Amino acid sequence: MIVDLAITLAKVFFILAVTVGFFAPVLTWVERKQSAIMQDRIGANRADIMGFTALGLFHIIADAAKMFFKEDFIPDGANKVLHTLAPVIALVPALLTFAVIPFGGQYNLFGKEVNLVISDLDVGLLFVFAIASLATYGYVVAGWSSNNNWSLLGSMRTASQMVSYEVTLGLTIIGVLMVYGSMQLTQIGAAQENFWHWGFFLQPLGFFMFMTASIAENKRIPFDNPEAESELVAGYFTEYSGLKFGMFFMAEFIEIVTIAAIVTILFFGAWHIPFVTTATLLSIFDFLGTTGSNLVLMFIHVGVFFTKVLIFIFIQMTIRWSLPRFRYDQIMKLGWKILLPLALANIVVTGVVILALS
Amino acid sequence: MELLIFYPLAIACVVLSMLVVFNSSPIASAMSLIGMMLCLAGVFVVLQAHFLAALQVIIYAGAIMVLFMFVIMLLNLSDDDKQWVARERNLFLSVSAGALILGVLYKFIDITSGTEFNSPAEVPDTFGTVRQVGTTLFTDFVLPFEVASILLLVAMIGAVVLAKSKVD
Repeated sequence: MIVDLAITLAKVFFILAVTVGFFAPVLTWVERKQSAIMQDRIGANRADIMGFTALGLFHIIADAAKMFFKEDFIPDGANKVLHTLAPVIALVPALLTFAVIPFGGQYNLFGKEVNLVISDLDVGLLFVFAIASLATYGYVVAGWSSNNNWSLLGSMRTASQMVSYEVTLGLTIIGVLMVYGSMQLTQIGAAQENFWHWGFFLQPLGFFMFMTASIAENKRIPFDNPEAESELVAGYFTEYSGLKFGMFFMAEFIEIVTIAAIVTILFFGAWHIPFVTTATLLSIFDFLGTTGSNLVLMFIHVGVFFTKVLIFIFIQMTIRWSLPRFRYDQIMKLGWKILLPLALANIVVTGVVILALS
Repeated sequence: MELLIFYPLAIACVVLSMLVVFNSSPIASAMSLIGMMLCLAGVFVVLQAHFLAALQVIIYAGAIMVLFMFVIMLLNLSDDDKQWVARERNLFLSVSAGALILGVLYKFIDITSGTEFNSPAEVPDTFGTVRQVGTTLFTDFVLPFEVASILLLVAMIGAVVLAKSKVD
């Protein structure tokens, strides 16, 4: 009982350390540096300690210090309770999603089966969508409670955009569910040990639609209409400053990691290495004993998983700095007239193929 | 153990649904309704119906209520400034009518389900899983399921027709 609790706590600490402690701050640096390289600038070299810039890594500390000491401003006529609550509503779902995301398989350590997921829910994938759909309120309430027309316009765009793309997102994964016959993320991951059974080969169209819809859900360029700084100042978080703004910022970066992790699990073989099965790896390290070989296997799998996650984060960042913002009507048209029929067609084709093969 | 989770959830459900009625600001009412739906999803989890709980959050709390909020913001509804007044004459009548309806509901559930309230029914391990719900829905309850889907389709087509006639 106590051992189980300790294992769960260790997993929670690991996930929090990786997302909040590592990815969220480092991604702010990656975004600055990558945009600088892509736009042929020197970039991110102003914060230094005794003239030493560490490639701009000190900007992370500078950012944090700035957010902590900035005045926390609540505009006149704003709804104080909701204005304070909104960033929390936006950030908590982003963190909660990781409760069901497996970052490794199952390992036999010291005679105990350890499953590298905090909570292995039967409805894992649905849980992710349930939590993600709640995040909408953070953005909607933020704009409404600010007593500012730009904010209100931004949050109305958020509401319509997120509801539209949630439909596509939900329909896209139905193809994946049909192929693997499970909603449990650990089972979907385990089913992709064979390289040709990766979701990308079984659901190629599904992958591209999922990626598009999830970037739209995260409201990043080219889908950043809700904040559109050239039209709406900063959209729904115009009236936010200091740490509250930081929470919106952090939610966005953590969602980048979430999207990368889910894409990895659903479409790119989760923690598996192409053409190398778990059994092969175990037999290579057989001389270390059961616990030893399982331990090595665990580190390899976790490493492989986060490498894949990093690749998909890089792809998202590249998209963000390559494309201009779409117009609002173009986004709606893409969601309802192109992605939705394609997602429905994908389900029909998948169903027919599964029926023909069985 | 289960009761320790159930009672706070149930109390929160009741309190939040009362707040939906008593709040003067439409947005606060909508927020209370969202909170109530989340608590209801929690009650479903206590009842082992995980699939239903997830759907409750996705559809009601996640999709329908976002549209509610959208409409409230779009119409820019202001707070209802009318005070709540309980009319003296009707107070006794309304309280007793409410109590009667509650009693009838209790008796109704008691007769139809045929189980005692203090002895929860045993459920198999697979109860409430996605597979089990799907199998039940497409075998025993396939007719109500199809009827409900046709109803939704009709509503959808009706909405399109109504919206289109205004545009043309």
